[in-house]
Amino acid sequence: MLQTNLHEVESAAGLQKLLEENENVMVCCGRMGPMCIPVYEVMEEIEEEYSQVKFAVMAFDHPEAGVIRNAPECRGFMGLPFTMYYKNGKVVKATSSIQNHKQVTTILNEQFAS
Amino acid sequence: MADVYDMMIVGAGAAGLTAGIYSSRAKLKTLILNEGAVGGQMVLTHEIANYPGVESISGYALANIMKKQARDFGCAIKSNIRIVRYALNDAVKEVELEDGRVFRSRAVILAPGGRPRPLGISGEEKFKGKGISYCATCDGDFFTGKELVVVGGGNSALEEAVSLTKYATKVTIVHQFDHFQAFEHAVREARENPKISFIMESELREIKGADNVERVVIEHLPTGDRTEMATDGVFVFIGYLPNTESVKGLVAMNDRGEIVVDGAMRTSVPGIFAAGDGIVKRYRQVTTAVADGTIAALSAAEFLRN
Repeated sequence: MLQTNLHEVESAAGLQKLLEENENVMVCCGRMGPMCIPVYEVMEEIEEEYSQVKFAVMAFDHPEAGVIRNAPECRGFMGLPFTMYYKNGKVVKATSSIQNHKQVTTILNEQFAS
Repeated sequence: MADVYDMMIVGAGAAGLTAGIYSSRAKLKTLILNEGAVGGQMVLTHEIANYPGVESISGYALANIMKKQARDFGCAIKSNIRIVRYALNDAVKEVELEDGRVFRSRAVILAPGGRPRPLGISGEEKFKGKGISYCATCDGDFFTGKELVVVGGGNSALEEAVSLTKYATKVTIVHQFDHFQAFEHAVREARENPKISFIMESELREIKGADNVERVVIEHLPTGDRTEMATDGVFVFIGYLPNTESVKGLVAMNDRGEIVVDGAMRTSVPGIFAAGDGIVKRYRQVTTAVADGTIAALSAAEFLRN
């Protein structure tokens, strides 16, 4: 379990359900480590402001997180966290390693403008 | 219309949060403005084992406790904001955010902290997360069976190089000087590790590859000779930069951009105090940041009383 205030996805089926129920989804797949925590903090900060986006986290070492670890969009990624942006169930953007507030909101504004 | 506080603190690392705890507990209306994530450099530390009174704790957990303490005493915290204007010279200080909000107070504590120093070379940003890393414990296992370059010569560089040999088949340390700044035990441990080799008096000039890191260009500083070396990844541990660019010219700084303070954490401007990794000092630890923050808050409170 990740110690964040964000919705945590605990299975591949749970992720699929989340994608079916929400048009815009951002999932940060990581650990409680120094490169991941700043991304969770950004997500917690902006969750209210970006009400059109469903924010979630997933534990990188959970066996079911293979759905993200092994996603074609993550091929070549070598830095935690793996962060996925989904629109209508499809991956529209994926990033590797730490991202700051501006980098995250730039992607959200580009992909999920309300 | 500006929001008015007794005390504004810029930064929410160990120094800023401690100043917030002391200031709000002294019943001063206190606001912490933080441009990054709460906790600063502290959250980048997996385990803190030398914080007195706490045998072992993660930096994230310690930061969260400090944040809760500050909030419980009434301190307001606004993080992930961007400050676009400072007006610090008048008796009433003013700070404006990117979204137009303006905050005023008669005392300000600058605790902007620092950030890992980047290499600043071609390829670094492109390959971040695709072979460039700043955290061995986070990303080391992606490099199992691969060859790595570690850049730096301090304690972090040498200790992390040793830890990376758990995964990598070969680690090459590239360092700009002919000697290391790390403690002797860290140097000895690295030198005795058969997987580690050294390229001294050299710097990386470029990182190359298609989708991921494949090669680095290394310059031997005394001769200027450049060579290319194949590698699967680069880990960077070359110290920290103070986050003081936004207050440059507003308070006195040294040539490294660190804020000059006296023993009471007073800067060159009356009513402006500073604390933490952004000030001129020799040792940058959570404990020293906490001490700086305490002194700055008490000095600022005294300034307000007088």
